[in-house]
Amino acid sequence: MSPTNIFAPASTPADSIFGLSIFVLLTIAAIFVVVGALLVYVVLKFRSKNPDDRSEPAQIYGSTQVELAWTIVPGLIVVALFLASARVIASIQDTPRPPGALEVVVTGHQYWWEYRYPGLNVVTANELHVPLNDPAHPAPTFLTLLSADTDHSFWVPRLGGKTDLIPNHPNSMWIDPREPGLFLGQCAQYCGTQHAKMLLRVYVQPREEFDRWVREQQQPAKAGGTDATITAGRRVFESTACVNCHAVSGTPAKGTFGPDLTHLMSRETIAAGAAPNTHEKLRLWIRNPDTIKPASKMPAMGLSDQDLDLVTAYLETLR
Amino acid sequence: MSTNTSALSEAAATRPLTLRLHEWVTTVDHKRIGMLYILYALVFLVVGGIEAAIMRLQLIRPNNDLVSPQVFNQMFTMHGTTMIFFVAMPLVFGFANYLVPLMIGARDMAFPRLNAFSFWMTALGGLFLYFSFLGGDGLYGGGGAPDVGWFAYAPLTAKTFSVGHSTDFWTLSLLVSGIGSVGTAINIIATILCMRCPGMTLGRMPLLAWLNLTMAGLVILAVSPLTAAQLMLLIDRYLGGHFFDTQGGGSAVIWMHFFWIFGHPEVYVLVIPAFAFASEMIPVFSRKAIFGYPVMVLATVAIGFISMSVWAHHMFTVGMTSGANTFFVLSTMAISVPTGIKIFNWLATMWGGKIRFATPMLFCVGFLFQFLIGGLTGVTLAVAPFDWHLGNSYYLVAHFHYVIVGAILFAAFAAFYYWFPKASGKMCSEALGKLHFWLFLIGFHLTFDFMHIPGLLGMPRRIYTYESGRGWDIWNLIVTIGVVFQAAGILVFVANLILSYLRGKAAGNDPWDAWTLEWATSSPPPSYNFAVIPAVRSRRPLWDLKHPEDPDWRYE
Repeated sequence: MSPTNIFAPASTPADSIFGLSIFVLLTIAAIFVVVGALLVYVVLKFRSKNPDDRSEPAQIYGSTQVELAWTIVPGLIVVALFLASARVIASIQDTPRPPGALEVVVTGHQYWWEYRYPGLNVVTANELHVPLNDPAHPAPTFLTLLSADTDHSFWVPRLGGKTDLIPNHPNSMWIDPREPGLFLGQCAQYCGTQHAKMLLRVYVQPREEFDRWVREQQQPAKAGGTDATITAGRRVFESTACVNCHAVSGTPAKGTFGPDLTHLMSRETIAAGAAPNTHEKLRLWIRNPDTIKPASKMPAMGLSDQDLDLVTAYLETLR
Repeated sequence: MSTNTSALSEAAATRPLTLRLHEWVTTVDHKRIGMLYILYALVFLVVGGIEAAIMRLQLIRPNNDLVSPQVFNQMFTMHGTTMIFFVAMPLVFGFANYLVPLMIGARDMAFPRLNAFSFWMTALGGLFLYFSFLGGDGLYGGGGAPDVGWFAYAPLTAKTFSVGHSTDFWTLSLLVSGIGSVGTAINIIATILCMRCPGMTLGRMPLLAWLNLTMAGLVILAVSPLTAAQLMLLIDRYLGGHFFDTQGGGSAVIWMHFFWIFGHPEVYVLVIPAFAFASEMIPVFSRKAIFGYPVMVLATVAIGFISMSVWAHHMFTVGMTSGANTFFVLSTMAISVPTGIKIFNWLATMWGGKIRFATPMLFCVGFLFQFLIGGLTGVTLAVAPFDWHLGNSYYLVAHFHYVIVGAILFAAFAAFYYWFPKASGKMCSEALGKLHFWLFLIGFHLTFDFMHIPGLLGMPRRIYTYESGRGWDIWNLIVTIGVVFQAAGILVFVANLILSYLRGKAAGNDPWDAWTLEWATSSPPPSYNFAVIPAVRSRRPLWDLKHPEDPDWRYE
């Protein structure tokens, strides 16, 4: 069972599309059976049986009635499919945002996702957390889609169709997941060399769990305590180019080109889902990003083995 | 073959090679230019096929590292650009050039020198594109072959994201070949409107001429915006313009509109000539007149008009309003009505006939079957909400290859086997032709049937690798296996053309017992086509000659 199957919807927009798609697929399957059978019949029935027979069959030049029939019937099918599509387009695109909706600003970067929760003062990257929708108190999540550089597209098939993130052209979409758990997807618009490893992970959490996650994310960075290793690691981090791109709240690191690292260790993956967030992978990612994700915008920092260990140790305190 | 032309060809054979090559380079004969177009397309068909094979080998299993992401991205950019602009377009123009004057009883195209100019512009465009492999690095050390995709969405093409000159070679290539395309389109229109033989009213033209007339009109309307967009992109890159430069306030969406108002009519530019081939061959091999000629003409012109109003169905995911999305659903679906009419008319033409399954007709049946499926999956993509899933997924890739390979290329193969005897004077081998058909049919279905499935399971296009665990692995393996059969089919095809040209049996003027004027002259035709310009009284002048007791002009 594929985790990105479009026929396993778990959210209202995906449900509406699913229902429509079944109607459309059944319609075209019926047309295929009828016309395909006609083609097979014609090929079998009217093949020339005797190659030496040079007489010509009766010449028929056309028939207005028949032409009208196969113009009108497909026309009616088109009208039916069109009306069904128009209804679903309106139901998804023109739904007003209810007062209880959560807003998340999604910004596509080469090749990672930035998530900002404007009402909650939360910033995170690559792993989107949204609350489970409770039908009694609908709490859909509305995504505002922006791009910092090239075109991207947000596509988590089980939650909804894709919508592009285009610079200078804000878009929006909404989801209201009805199952908790992890939903996968990936960037669906070619955005540059590493388009393939710009993966999407959406964590749908029951309300209390989501609220707890929000509270944790709202905390400033744990300053790393008094451990000498951690302090040294932090010094390496803050005195190299790391801080030009990455932010750690409450510290001098305020870069915005790369993911916010304030709560790095609360994430299960690094490099936009390309690798699990383990000690080895994290250290490798800092040492030589190209081994995990060639042509990513993260440069190899050229740190000594000792400094690598220190920085990794520091980053691993950012919970 | 008349004694006159055999004497001419003997004289040609005794001349030195350089002189003969020089004649080909300087020719203004529509048949030679047509063959140059077609040979050019065949060379690039092999090149583009190799690029596709590299992609498929990379995707044969998850986390494969046969090629780097940079190379993979260059491969899909070059494959798409090559196949559309330097295979499909030259094939279409090559056949139109060769056939239209012969079928309307003319001695050449209306503007022979414009014709030669147009071909050489197209040829230059292809050279520009492939020179990027050598010159794309420019002074900046970035690039190589372009890697922005054949659709080259802004702002990936901006200087910021595309350093070096690869994008410039891509732009110049399309700009230059576009000039050639418009030149040939003007030529085809002028030829059809002004050069028809006595008695050939518009209503008596072979359908192939009508369809190429529509195609040429679409080329002028569609290629012009593309050319304009290329100029704007050059201005952005070199003169400080900001049309598509989003960092300077430009619009990425405007590029999409420019590109697709070219890109969608372009699909019909390619498929209408395929319809034209089918509309000539199906009647001949069914031994019946085309069913519903006036309706076929009307449906073609209707497709031409409607195709100019459907472009934004490529943009359902870019955030248009619900009203705009709804409009483009309707316009896109509307086009399926005249398209359906065509399929029904071909079936009605076969109905009651005595169908001969020579190689061209086999490919025509393949064309009908695959065009039916490609058309129906097109309906699913026209449903905007469904497209929010299917757009930019492998399902979409499978759909348009169904149309371009399954329909257009199959019809083109049929056309090769059908008109090769006219152009060369030699019959193709039926045995090799049938082997080609079955190999390519099996390869095609292995590749493109199974390619739909990973798309439905969430696999986007243009990714150089993927993780396992998404349910995509087995389908990608099968898709890649299909490539082997397709490649074998193409090898047999090329071998058939070469062997038949060298050793095929003589074709005679009219090997298929056909009805249009090209079969009234010798094979190959003399440079002046017809010693005496023919006069016609019906749509099937050779039927009238062969059946004086029951001529067509009594019924039309």
